[in-house]
Amino acid sequence: MGTGSDMYRQQILDHYKNPRNYGELEDPDFTHVGENPSCGDTIKVDVALDDDGETIETVAFTGDGCAISMASASMLSERLRGMTVDELDALDTDDVTEMLGVDISPMRIKCAVLGRQVAQDGAKIHRGELDPDADRTRTEE
Amino acid sequence: MGVQEQYPFDVGAIRDDFPILDRLVGGNPTSPGQDETDDVDLVYLDNAATSHTPDPVVDRIADYYRSYNSNVHRGIHQLSQEASVAYEEAHDVVADFIGANGREEVIFTKNTTEAMNLVAYAWGLAELGPGDNVVLTQMEHHASLVTWQQIGKKTGAEVRFIEVTDEGRLDMADAAAKIDDDTAMVSAVHVSNTLGTINPIRELAELAHDHDGLIFADAAQSVPNRPVDVEDLDVDFLAFSGHKMCGPTGIGALYGREELLEAMQPYLYGGEMIRKVTFEESTWEDLPWKFEAGTPSIAQGIGFAAAIEYLEEVGMERIEDHESLLAEYAYDRLTDLGGVEIYGPPGDERGGLVAFNVEGVHAHDLSSVLNDYGVAIRAGDHCTQPLHDELGVAASARASFYLYNTVEEVDALVDAVREARDLFA
Repeated sequence: MGTGSDMYRQQILDHYKNPRNYGELEDPDFTHVGENPSCGDTIKVDVALDDDGETIETVAFTGDGCAISMASASMLSERLRGMTVDELDALDTDDVTEMLGVDISPMRIKCAVLGRQVAQDGAKIHRGELDPDADRTRTEE
Repeated sequence: MGVQEQYPFDVGAIRDDFPILDRLVGGNPTSPGQDETDDVDLVYLDNAATSHTPDPVVDRIADYYRSYNSNVHRGIHQLSQEASVAYEEAHDVVADFIGANGREEVIFTKNTTEAMNLVAYAWGLAELGPGDNVVLTQMEHHASLVTWQQIGKKTGAEVRFIEVTDEGRLDMADAAAKIDDDTAMVSAVHVSNTLGTINPIRELAELAHDHDGLIFADAAQSVPNRPVDVEDLDVDFLAFSGHKMCGPTGIGALYGREELLEAMQPYLYGGEMIRKVTFEESTWEDLPWKFEAGTPSIAQGIGFAAAIEYLEEVGMERIEDHESLLAEYAYDRLTDLGGVEIYGPPGDERGGLVAFNVEGVHAHDLSSVLNDYGVAIRAGDHCTQPLHDELGVAASARASFYLYNTVEEVDALVDAVREARDLFA
């Protein structure tokens, strides 16, 4: 069997069916929305920081999309708690696939990294490193 | 046995011409071709995206490269003459196939999209202006939708869309209302690549012509699998792609009525399309070469003709019957499965494709799971994003059939869909 069913191990299906931290924060320090237009995946991430302004205290997300994008966002919402914004910024694609614990087929990588990209771009906008009026986050380019 | 007894031709014999159908998949997709990691039979149901190429066509292309590869039109040497004759005669084969009057009415393009752009630029930019309108359907492929939308912006012409009914058919009352005396062009998809709907092109042509407008049929999903005759349809322009009908990629055809093409200025300039050039002026070659600037896709053109000859040998009516048989069977079996929403009209009145969604399973997840069972389908918006917006879904899964597909392959699709549904339940 190929990468497809391996991709849907129990952990992924569990996060897809029971997403953690699903919802919105009342008073987030930053919020960002991103999408994969061709899949129709959309994710909104809310992040609240500690008083130090650097450590991630809480993360919530909402969205619509495939199992890979939703499970990845759900796992990421747990993983980010306690990380610094710099650590978030340093997360790369390998970190995401490692977190998912499965091989992601090449055509689906963009689904897997959408949540991470949204969180990173949100943090950049928060720090004034990215134009908030710029195009919404997309992981297809 | 059962449905198989209704096959209009020997599908097994056809499959022997397509060695790719025997390959295994399921392994590493980053290295092209079969290797030891592949372990399940391929079930290829993505024919609306591209079809496979039978050995006789591959052989014809290889023969060109092996024995008379040369540039066309201007060469005096023998290879160039052989290539020119083969390439030019390929236009005659296409013309005969669709009932055009001759090669003057058949321009080879890269694909359907380029044919659409050729007309939009060469005719549209010159003829359209504020007050004019171009009428499309809501089920247009982006090839036509985006092209006319952008030409509309450039020229000030209004772009209108004929609505689709809840059953996935074209609303002909709406067509009659939207096509009016200001309609310069009706551009309509013949068979929808998403809904499978077979649109009444001839009726639309009558409406367009009654108002002195023209009609362009996007026949990318019809010419490959049913008899299409430009006189019967009464169209002014029609376009289709070679790679969806057993031919190679990089070649398609634009049919245009001769007097219209004659009146149009070239869309691309350069070599092979000129008659006389000075530093100040140029004059154009005769049709169809006027619209084929630069070295054309010679091998692809020759392969295109070979593909048409292959299909004609099987018979277009019989190919249509085979596709209808599989589409209806797939429609019925997916419906019986439960939790499957199929878009478009009922199984007995559609082209050979079925687009659907499974409750609780994103189309991309479905496609990934199906891939594990060797079943190749398409998932996404199929280049009809606005239609998907109308359907209220971001994406759909689409299985599309061709002459080499079998009832057993539809069964494999249905079994894999059931597995995916259960996995996500």
